[in-house]
Amino acid sequence: MKTRRITALLLAGAMGLALAGCGGDAARTPAPQETLQQGPTVRPNEITVAIAQDLDDSLDPHMTVAAGTKEIMFNVFEGLVKPTPDGDLVCAVASDYTVSDDRTTYTFTLRDGVRFHNGQTVTAEDVVWSIRRCADVEGGSSLVEAFSAVTDVTANADGTVSITIAEPDNEFFSSLTAAILPRDYADQATAPVGTGPFRYVSRSAQDNVVLERFEDYWGTPAKLDRVTLKIMENPDSILMSLQSGAVDLCAHMTSNRAAQLGEDFNIAEGTMNLVQALYLNNGAEPFDDLRVRQALCYAVDREQILDLAFDGYGSLIGSSMYPAFGKYFDDSLTNYYTHNVDKAKALLTEAGYPDGFEMTITVPSNYTPHIDAAQVIAEQLKAVGINAKLELIEWGAWLSDVYSGRQFQSTVVGLDASTMTARALLSRFESTAKRNFVNYVNEEYDALYRQAQITYDDAEQTRLYKELERNLTENAVNVYIQDLADLVAVRKGLEGLQFYPIYVLDLSTLGWVK
Amino acid sequence: MKRRNGCLTAGLLLTGFMVLVILAGFFRTPYDPAAMATGPKFDAPSLEHLLGTDGFGRDIFSRVLQGAGNTLSIALATVAAGAVCGTAAGAVTGYFGGWVDRVLTRLNDALTAFPSILLALVIISIVGPGKKYNVVLALGLAFIPGYARIARTAFASLREANYVKSAQLMGASHWRILWVHILPNTLPVLLPALTIGFNNAVLAEASMSYLSIGVTPPDASLGYMLSEAQSMLTVAPWYALGAGGAIILLVFGVGLIGAGLQSRDKGVV
Repeated sequence: MKTRRITALLLAGAMGLALAGCGGDAARTPAPQETLQQGPTVRPNEITVAIAQDLDDSLDPHMTVAAGTKEIMFNVFEGLVKPTPDGDLVCAVASDYTVSDDRTTYTFTLRDGVRFHNGQTVTAEDVVWSIRRCADVEGGSSLVEAFSAVTDVTANADGTVSITIAEPDNEFFSSLTAAILPRDYADQATAPVGTGPFRYVSRSAQDNVVLERFEDYWGTPAKLDRVTLKIMENPDSILMSLQSGAVDLCAHMTSNRAAQLGEDFNIAEGTMNLVQALYLNNGAEPFDDLRVRQALCYAVDREQILDLAFDGYGSLIGSSMYPAFGKYFDDSLTNYYTHNVDKAKALLTEAGYPDGFEMTITVPSNYTPHIDAAQVIAEQLKAVGINAKLELIEWGAWLSDVYSGRQFQSTVVGLDASTMTARALLSRFESTAKRNFVNYVNEEYDALYRQAQITYDDAEQTRLYKELERNLTENAVNVYIQDLADLVAVRKGLEGLQFYPIYVLDLSTLGWVK
Repeated sequence: MKRRNGCLTAGLLLTGFMVLVILAGFFRTPYDPAAMATGPKFDAPSLEHLLGTDGFGRDIFSRVLQGAGNTLSIALATVAAGAVCGTAAGAVTGYFGGWVDRVLTRLNDALTAFPSILLALVIISIVGPGKKYNVVLALGLAFIPGYARIARTAFASLREANYVKSAQLMGASHWRILWVHILPNTLPVLLPALTIGFNNAVLAEASMSYLSIGVTPPDASLGYMLSEAQSMLTVAPWYALGAGGAIILLVFGVGLIGAGLQSRDKGVV
């Protein structure tokens, strides 16, 4: 009895203390010293960004696999060169470079006074160590693949660094965005150190990652003092946090969630840099017939797909290239096929299917945008007599059955580019390519592709890549739909968001408007 | 003294009404449930679209009819499969006892240790998603242990009843005793279990489609519609209400029947 009464007293006391604590907190917001220095109306120069997945991958940039981790760590690391929003490459840790006449040796002059986040100055030895580390594949297959062509890396007497590759390759340069790291620093995986505009401060698992401006950055410094990346897996709680003011920015919103945000937010529209299409198995009936494939292209109304399934957001495409790749994108192909039911029916009749046929569209069940697009396509195909059934399968099953096993009729997915090159998108359609899961076999395409690979004149190579895109469109290899919109909710007053043709979120240009 | 059984009457009326509407939906719906752009997107309920339209401009009422039809047929088939197999297993174990009983009951215990929806998920991932009969197979299998347990208890307790003993003395076969003498007397226990099982099957099918491993779109399913409606609660609340309402009415009606049956057997209204 007595113990129970004591417990009750203790509990009452604890509650009283808790209440007092609450009162104290309320009176102390915002923190007193800040109030004195800045006045209550000045907001701290920092933002909170919601991200959908934890950075539970290795934070070592040479080991990172997850796209979501790379997207954020783009702010912490830099290579000899780095990408720009237009899809170009500019010098970063290097200040200048020359290419030898036989196009196999790249010589980089290092920029003066580039510092790592730990205060050390970047030396030629660091660069050599970093490139060697990528090339040697020490400790994991995720080290940059293109570096397998590297035969030699040397620090020259004049402070420059030479990288030699086995044979000329125009695309190699784009892989030099691989991060430069301080040599012999062992804790990259958990406490990364790079040269980027933000330095890594801390990560608390399943909760947040904190970045702060790197004051000794060689280039234009970041505008914000501090960025907190809040990990929120549930999109509905992201929506609520945005509305309540706890989060200032969130990328990859769906259109209907973005529409619920209201007055406090601007919705910036970029692109996901994906080629979303109804991919057809060109190696099996009925899609081995050009006329059937073309009929599908005419039967599908892409404008309606965007309207119904994507609230009108998205950019139409006509071949395996997306608009953000301005240099390679050929806009004249976008409307090569326009919605025309009569033409589609005529082509089907010619091909011997006057009453249409049955087909299956396989869709990975975890990607709502692809399921939605497939639903609209199935409905549109009814108009030409084609009865399309959806088959939803797990992502793992999709990879093994459809992508590797090529056991499918048609599938709706989005394919992306692993590097910033046209080759990343077009190489898969060469007859013998391992990733040619649509079984496209076309001699003209193969010849053009081979020619593009041995052409070192940039303009001529670009022309050849565009020829390849036209080949894909004219042969109706797939029913190309769109590059999905990437909607970013940005609190009003926060400006400077830039989109890149690769999957990154650049935080350094963001800042509050005074 | 004969008193009216309010629960049973209300349940039969509600369920009868729902089944009639759903049956009518098999033959005719106001719009083709898959037809898109029949009106503006997210149109509020009106005379043209009784429950409004969804994000593709499809008529929600037509889709609720089709979805409820799918759900109803899956739930009925599931209950039938689960109840027949479960009762048979329970009858044999309960009546004969012995090592058969011990083995099957332990097996049953093991199966019961998994939540039935989880068990169904495992089965679906083995047989492959997206086919109606696979959903029935998965849910039916997952529901067997529950029925077996109830049937076993009922049969075990009636095994010692005097009329069973006299039937045995008269030389009736085990088969006849099981199905002709005991089974009818277990109905007061089994029938409410059937109604509860039906409701569980409706909800389980809805959850499976919600997790998009049940009915494949564009075929409508109440569960899948709910999962779509979730992110549009503030834009189009009628979407969630239409699909959710259909589930509630179906489950509530059958639930009332179950409650009515139980109270009738206890002599309480």
